[in-house]
Amino acid sequence: MAKEYEVVIGLEVHVELATKTKIFCGCSTAFGGAPNTHTCPVCTGMPGSLPVLNKKVVEYAAAVGLATNCTITQNCKFDRKNYFYPDNPQNYQISQLYLPICRDGHVDIKLPDGTEKTIRIHEIHMEEDAGKLVHDDWEDASLVDYNRSGVPLIEIVSEPDMRSAEEVIAYLDKLRMTIQYLGASDCKLQEGSMRADVNLSVRKMGAAEFGTRTETKNLNSFSAIARAIENETARQIDLIEAGEAVIQETRRWDDDKAYSYAMRSKEDAQDYRYFPDPDLVPVNISDEWLDEIRSRQPEFKDEKMARYKEEFGLPDYDISIITDSKKLADIFEAAAAVCNNPKKVSNWIMGETMRLLKEKEMDATEITFSPENLAKLINLVEDKAINGSVAKEVFEHVFSEDIDPDKYIEEHGLKQVNDEGALRATVEKVIADNQQSVEDYRNGKKQAIGYLVGQTMKAMGGKANPGMVNKLLQELLG
Amino acid sequence: MSLLDLTAVELAKKIKAGEVTAVEAMEAVIGQIEKTEHDLNCYVTFDKEKALAKAKEADEAVKAGKLTGALAGVPVAIKDNMCTEGVLTTCSSKILGNFVPTFSADAVERLEQAGAVMIGKTNMDEFAMGSTTETSAFGATKNPRNTEHVPGGSSGGSAAAVAANECFFALGSDTGGSIRQPASYCGVVGLKPTYGTVSRYGLIAYGSSLDQIGPLCKDVTDCATIMEVIAGHDVKDSTSIKREEYDFTSALVRDVKGMKIGIPRDYFMEGLDMEVKGAVLAAAKVLEEKGAIVEEFDLSLVEYAIPTYYTIATAEASSNLERFDGVKYGYRTKDFDGLHNMYKKTRSEGFGAEVKRRIMLGSFVLSSGYYDAYYLKALRVKALIKKAFDEAFAKYDIILGPVAPTTAPKLGASLSDPIKMYLGDIYTISANLAGIPGISIPCGKDSTGLPIGLQMLGDCFKEKNLLRAAFTYEQACREM
Amino acid sequence: MANVISDETIEYVGILAKLELSDDEKEAAKKDMASMLDHFDKLSELDTTGVEPMSHVFHMENVMREDEVTNGDGSEAALANAPERKDTAFVVPKTVD
Repeated sequence: MAKEYEVVIGLEVHVELATKTKIFCGCSTAFGGAPNTHTCPVCTGMPGSLPVLNKKVVEYAAAVGLATNCTITQNCKFDRKNYFYPDNPQNYQISQLYLPICRDGHVDIKLPDGTEKTIRIHEIHMEEDAGKLVHDDWEDASLVDYNRSGVPLIEIVSEPDMRSAEEVIAYLDKLRMTIQYLGASDCKLQEGSMRADVNLSVRKMGAAEFGTRTETKNLNSFSAIARAIENETARQIDLIEAGEAVIQETRRWDDDKAYSYAMRSKEDAQDYRYFPDPDLVPVNISDEWLDEIRSRQPEFKDEKMARYKEEFGLPDYDISIITDSKKLADIFEAAAAVCNNPKKVSNWIMGETMRLLKEKEMDATEITFSPENLAKLINLVEDKAINGSVAKEVFEHVFSEDIDPDKYIEEHGLKQVNDEGALRATVEKVIADNQQSVEDYRNGKKQAIGYLVGQTMKAMGGKANPGMVNKLLQELLG
Repeated sequence: MSLLDLTAVELAKKIKAGEVTAVEAMEAVIGQIEKTEHDLNCYVTFDKEKALAKAKEADEAVKAGKLTGALAGVPVAIKDNMCTEGVLTTCSSKILGNFVPTFSADAVERLEQAGAVMIGKTNMDEFAMGSTTETSAFGATKNPRNTEHVPGGSSGGSAAAVAANECFFALGSDTGGSIRQPASYCGVVGLKPTYGTVSRYGLIAYGSSLDQIGPLCKDVTDCATIMEVIAGHDVKDSTSIKREEYDFTSALVRDVKGMKIGIPRDYFMEGLDMEVKGAVLAAAKVLEEKGAIVEEFDLSLVEYAIPTYYTIATAEASSNLERFDGVKYGYRTKDFDGLHNMYKKTRSEGFGAEVKRRIMLGSFVLSSGYYDAYYLKALRVKALIKKAFDEAFAKYDIILGPVAPTTAPKLGASLSDPIKMYLGDIYTISANLAGIPGISIPCGKDSTGLPIGLQMLGDCFKEKNLLRAAFTYEQACREM
Repeated sequence: MANVISDETIEYVGILAKLELSDDEKEAAKKDMASMLDHFDKLSELDTTGVEPMSHVFHMENVMREDEVTNGDGSEAALANAPERKDTAFVVPKTVD
């Protein structure tokens, strides 16, 4: 970016809430299924159907508002946003304009260089998602599927407080983590459960007024967001430099072609004729209800980090990684509580768990193993029932199939051999069979003992207590 | 006495007693339909075979003792804006000309559970927009009392069917008078309940904050009895109210002693036909003679009700009718060029002139720059109108007046001047704005023999006051 | 204070409402809309300062349902009246994003 320009960014973030049912009907929100199998008269806009609000949506929305320091609108209402499009079965979307559930919040973000910044949140409102359109190129037609129609969303509208793609990513990361901690959504950009529209304008450094902004949609990953911001910033600067005006419009990002284009149509008046939905009554969030929601708020990352340091004395880096995901933090806490060995749990998470996540290209939220099984595994190692290498092998099964380590080592005969008599006999046999190595050792090639340890382990199916094998070898080799 | 002259309640008693069967009643109605329907056009859909089969089922259930309700076996007609599972539901519009719902309206379900047997779906003003039943895409309905005249609207088909004995009772819907006014024009009884009393689930919305389903029937006893069947809290309708009681028939007593009746002077000003005025005041006199305390008062704000109503109703309608777009159900234009052209052609061909007029107006009053001046202003005036009624009901149990300024106009006389047509709603629309109940009962005829209707309005949830006064008046008339 | 509705307004409202009026209908709509708005303007005579807009006649709030799945596969019911369908999807003219 040319040095004399500043980019000004605000975000509209849509988050699909993790309710079991849609916002205004009892249809499932589950992904997948043939088109229109998760529908009813309400979410397909049948004449005569009427919406009834899902209470859980209000609770999730208020919980996100509380977690982002918003003021909760205790008397909020739903409005209709009118526009024609086939993914919108009623041709109006039930949303909130006049009295959104949350207002005037903020979150603090930390940039990679350590700088901290506050991003203000203008409002959060509840609304219904649209259906899905699939283009049928053969038929020159589009197919409409209302399975997603009516899935609850919250839209989090920030103030134009961000000045770089880095800040945008940090803000999104913060929102994602907060909402995941609440369990209000899994916030996956790729799957569309979190969607960000970027409002962006540029202005001369130091200018008091904002420039004309555009809104860019269809951003499906953090990297796409970064690329789109870079591209749109450059496009607007080019226009300004060429003496042309930036037009206030909505643009669609094509990440494959790394370019955006205006979604303009003379048939779109952008006049949504919002008015209070007469089919729904106001929502009153009493002090008691709000207290109840507040009391259910989880401990968030910052609080957790401080506590882990204090309580467990773990290294800052490990704490930061573990608390990055509520899922990891939950596993850590539960496993530590069972085996009473937080340091070891942390090591298993930081080491093998992270390695397997990376190897299997998984997100921490996709972890399926139970903390109890990890704790059991740790106890088995601590009790010298298995050795470290067997433990790693068993953990792979814990990770992928959530097996019970006790049963598993029993069934597979993986119990560590600590019986000195048995070990001594094996070591003696190994010494007898490997005279060359014994000679090497006695001639001063001390590393030859490693080979003998390996042979002993091999002879015992990997189950020998490695410490005892070492000790016995040294003793017998004199 | 012909079977057809029985009221719904009388018929049900005879069916229960085994004196008449539901099939015989249905055959009588079908015979009447075959005789008069050609001239009247009360029905959009009428399925003789299905109706007879259902009547037979009802007879069996009555015989088996499974159906004991007060309407078991009675033939009923349903206004064509209420969804009926498996039965064409058109709103008298080309755009829903082929629409067959997959579920039934809550009120229809309640009737079916009570054993009433549906004959068919009645004609109406397209999407309930009109007061003559002439805006129907399937031709006008004619007034059975004089076929040169309109039956009123929008529930004109229901009112005419009751008046012509083409059913024993009917359901209508009332957004600005659409039950009470046709009841008045056709000389039958009609009730618009308190908003939220009958579920709107399955009623194809016109003005959601104003719409209520109610009965059109032969007398006040039927009216109370039908209400007990169709009223009730419904979790599918967020605006449905849990009332403390759903008893209406206990109000059927001949006693208005001490009841305070207010007559708004504002309802008897310019524009009110002298014969209508005379009949309504005579009815008030009858109630006074029976012990009611009748006095005149100023209701205020009456002239603001029409602009308030049309702003709110058209705004809501413009949004409610957006779903008719040729994508999911109903009519789709044959030739089009792309999506937006499909929308425009489908809607322009599918909706009639009056519906388009109201959609345009409603879209305009909600559009950017006009919302505050028109829509919000109307919601504020609505609050004032509600307050005026609250004050009136602090003093009176009932507000009594005419239903409409005139008796039924001639066919074709109303549609040319929309403003004039809208002004005809002046006495009925306030009840919808204020959410209060209103009843229309016959109170005589004009010199040409057309029925005149008496309207009584009550405070919210006070239908029983209306039923009691109406019953007392009706019985007094029978004595005379 | 008579309202005058321009051709542009009729055109604009037609886009909002997805209605395509013939020339005759447009002229009629201009006239009707203007006279209705004149009538609506009567409301400005009333001072409504401090009066809350009344959407619902009754004070009702918190009509909500629990988050429990009550509906099954509704695809056949949804598509029963479809003007055009392909398998269990509605078919519409191609939408261009």
